[in-house]
Amino acid sequence: MSRDNDTTHSLMTRRAALVGGAQIGVAGLLGWRMYDLGVRDSAQYRLLAEENRVNIRLDPPARGLIYDRSGNALTLNKQVYTIEMVREQAGDAEAVLQRLSKIIPLSDRDIENALKEMNKRRAFVPVTVATGLEWEHIAAVSANAPALPGLTPKLALNRQYPNGADFAHIIGYVGPVSENDLSKLDKPDPLLLIPRFQIGKNGVEAKLENNLRGKAGVSQIEVNSVGRVMRELNRDPSQSGQNVQLTVDPDIQRYALQRMQGESAAVVVLDVTNGDVIALASAPSFDPNKFVNGISVPDWRALNENIYRPMANKTVQGTYPPGSTFKMVVGLAGLELGAITPSERIFCPGHMQISNRRFHCWRRGGHGRMNLIGALRESCDVYFYEVAIRIGIEKITEYANALGLGTAPDLPLPAVRNGLTPTKDWKRRVRKQEWFPGDTANSGIGQGFVLASPIQLAMMTARLASGTAVTPRLVNLAGGRITDAGRGKALPFNPENLDIIRRGMYEVVNSDRGTARGSALRGNIKMSGKTGTSQVRIITAQERAQGVTRNEDLPWERRDHALFVGYAPHDDPKYAVSVIVEHGGGGSRAAAPIARDVMEKVLAKEQGGYGTLPQGERSQT
Amino acid sequence: MSLLSPQYDAIPTGGRKIFYFHWPLMLLVTAAAGIGIMMLFSVSGGDFARWAEPQLTRFAMGFALMFIIAFIPIAFWRNFSIVAYILALLLLIFVEVAGVQGKGAQRWIDLGFMRLQPSEFMKITLVMILALYYSWLDPKRVSRPLWLLPPIILILIPVGLVVQQPDLGTAILLGAGGAAVMLLAGVSLWYFGIGIAGVAGAVSFVIQSRGTPYQVLKDYQYRRIETFIDPSSDPLGAGYHITQSKIALGSGGYSGRGFMEGTQSRLNFLPEKHTDFIFTTFAEEFGFLGSLSLLAIYMLILACIFVSAISNHNRYASLMTMGIGVAFFFYFAVNMLMVMGLAPVVGVPLPLVSFGGSAMLVLMGAFGLVQSAHIHKERQ
Repeated sequence: MSRDNDTTHSLMTRRAALVGGAQIGVAGLLGWRMYDLGVRDSAQYRLLAEENRVNIRLDPPARGLIYDRSGNALTLNKQVYTIEMVREQAGDAEAVLQRLSKIIPLSDRDIENALKEMNKRRAFVPVTVATGLEWEHIAAVSANAPALPGLTPKLALNRQYPNGADFAHIIGYVGPVSENDLSKLDKPDPLLLIPRFQIGKNGVEAKLENNLRGKAGVSQIEVNSVGRVMRELNRDPSQSGQNVQLTVDPDIQRYALQRMQGESAAVVVLDVTNGDVIALASAPSFDPNKFVNGISVPDWRALNENIYRPMANKTVQGTYPPGSTFKMVVGLAGLELGAITPSERIFCPGHMQISNRRFHCWRRGGHGRMNLIGALRESCDVYFYEVAIRIGIEKITEYANALGLGTAPDLPLPAVRNGLTPTKDWKRRVRKQEWFPGDTANSGIGQGFVLASPIQLAMMTARLASGTAVTPRLVNLAGGRITDAGRGKALPFNPENLDIIRRGMYEVVNSDRGTARGSALRGNIKMSGKTGTSQVRIITAQERAQGVTRNEDLPWERRDHALFVGYAPHDDPKYAVSVIVEHGGGGSRAAAPIARDVMEKVLAKEQGGYGTLPQGERSQT
Repeated sequence: MSLLSPQYDAIPTGGRKIFYFHWPLMLLVTAAAGIGIMMLFSVSGGDFARWAEPQLTRFAMGFALMFIIAFIPIAFWRNFSIVAYILALLLLIFVEVAGVQGKGAQRWIDLGFMRLQPSEFMKITLVMILALYYSWLDPKRVSRPLWLLPPIILILIPVGLVVQQPDLGTAILLGAGGAAVMLLAGVSLWYFGIGIAGVAGAVSFVIQSRGTPYQVLKDYQYRRIETFIDPSSDPLGAGYHITQSKIALGSGGYSGRGFMEGTQSRLNFLPEKHTDFIFTTFAEEFGFLGSLSLLAIYMLILACIFVSAISNHNRYASLMTMGIGVAFFFYFAVNMLMVMGLAPVVGVPLPLVSFGGSAMLVLMGAFGLVQSAHIHKERQ
């Protein structure tokens, strides 16, 4: 028994040693693992713990405001209510959103987008599901809070454009940052990663984005596992964007747009003395507020399908054959180069033969013998064919460029066009054709290849009126700095020659034989100017045979463009104006009256200095 | 074992028992429980009344229980084994029928002042009844197949009931604890080889059965196994526990971030931070040195138990003591393996440290049994 007991006990002891050994082995494994995690890889886990714990939260800055010349705000940062949703608190997010859509305006598309946004992010990250809400909506949501879990109302800033369509083409609009916007940037500002953060999409809002955006505030916050904020560790407040002041006068701008009602047209008014853009109006316009939170498909389609192209800023993006408004360039070049003298008369029989082709004057019967002033006054085409042929295309282009054509003016606007001042080389390069003398003749009356935008024509007019290289200046204050005046240096032209051109322009409006005699200013101040009618078509032989030559009988899109450029007062030029009415017919009939009305308004309102910007809003946070 | 046996005189009686009490074991147990109460204070964010105070109360109760059990002769407990086993079995069946649902499993009987987890009792009573069986059985018959049947049935009944709850972790622990007693009793190692092969086959069957009509485990248990194999596959879902607990363990570094300075637990990144995952907070706040110390305390407790058992010539007392030791070992080893990402998350608390009434009381009772075996052992 005792021996049995002993053998049994020794077996048990051996087994105990076996089990104990196994246990020590496991303990060794545990110890090794502790070392592994706690000592060897500790640094990595420490980092992960910090990442867990600390969230960076960006406080979006208040966007800089845009002011007009008088100091009125053209943009507002309106406080609006938004609703954020935390997926993990909502339970069935879709059901909650469906219920929400019954109390606040929320389309199926909005719901779809919000769900997509939420599924991209971790369950506790708040996602904005609705913006631009009114207090009543928030009250309704609060009242129904038990049925709407996971929803939190928040205050946000939403861009608004109180002047609606008046400044749409200049200011542009902001919109929620898109994937496309981000893909264009190498290292996007982290602010742009905030869902629905608004950035400039068009116009000055887009071009001066860096001034307007401001700097994000950064809060380091400690969060717990569900993302709830426990405390703020560190805070770096946001810096509001800088304000921008435009040179545009709101009254003139608004009037110009009203005056162009029903037309597809553009008006530019420049201050001749310093280049300030007083008005930059393109009709029809559009309501930029529609874009701020994403434009609806029907609205977008309506804007896009409108043949009057409301989205295009025709003042800088539209280029047109300048037509007879180009004749000052050719005339000045002829005088400067000595190809003509002021008194030289050229006979206009109503047409001119150039290399086997007959070039007509707009007056079929001809003007008879005309000097330069007369040719400008009555817009004789044959006179300028002759001058153009004498000096050649290269010289015409040289003078056109000196007067500001052919190069896009430096403006903080999108897609500002160069226009075109052709050369022989250009035609060979681009058109793969030789330059013909007929091309030169066509260029002499601003047809053919020559293209200019309304702002360029206004600039040309200002340069002719002042004799200095005026450049347009749209922004008075940006980045906390007053921009340089656009006066420019004196042009290297003989002042007497300029005076001849100005005299011709004076007679266009104020002589009873001038093409714009019906559009003289009503009052003591006299305006000088020049009409233009630019062909957008070549009248075919067939049409001629059918007798369809009158503009009114043609479909709208094939009628001539009507142009007018001018400045006033004629003896002390202060303002230059250019008007184009797309497919408006003759310049004297369609464009000159608009220029007259706008100019009267401009002159009636004596421009003072720049209004001071409200201090409070500049430092708004 | 005659009452007149001379060795029996060496068994202390009456007040002398106090001198034979295993004081080092008691101190180690108290130290571990002390660490537990301290950590519960920490994870509650300094709220003593939340977890630390009830745990302290239970520890005090358990401590008293340990003394009471310790001073009752081991012979009584040997005789009590059958009753205890049947009682635990009945409780397990009762919990199956009328238990409280907790985390998708029926585990508790709500007694009002505490929640009773019969499976915890079963861990000890299973050891007791197996020790009784092998102390009764002629050692020569230990490896006979027929005599293998009763202990296997004794093990499988409670294991089956616990799997039904379903509480896979406890079921595995029960089965492994029972098997360990059989191993210690001297059952031929061949059987264990066969047993391990059988278990491996069963495991593969269980895994294969997923998605079929005869699926054995609940979906969440399959997911736990899946995420154990690859925690990064679902870092915000089921793998979250393991990933976050590893971050906590690792960020503790060599000497820890300091008492109550662990960000992982304070900011709720850790799951079940006061129960199964309390070790992670401990490791975060006391680092590698702290975790190694706790491991050392556990291993010393184990050493005390095994030394006491080997020197005990009462077969029941010795087997039972070692059985409890192995069960204790399984507790902390599986828990630590689990939180350190070396074993699936199966829901095993850290003995003496995790918050929990049943586990604490049962464990202290078990240490009472160990003490009783120690006090009442034959001494020359």
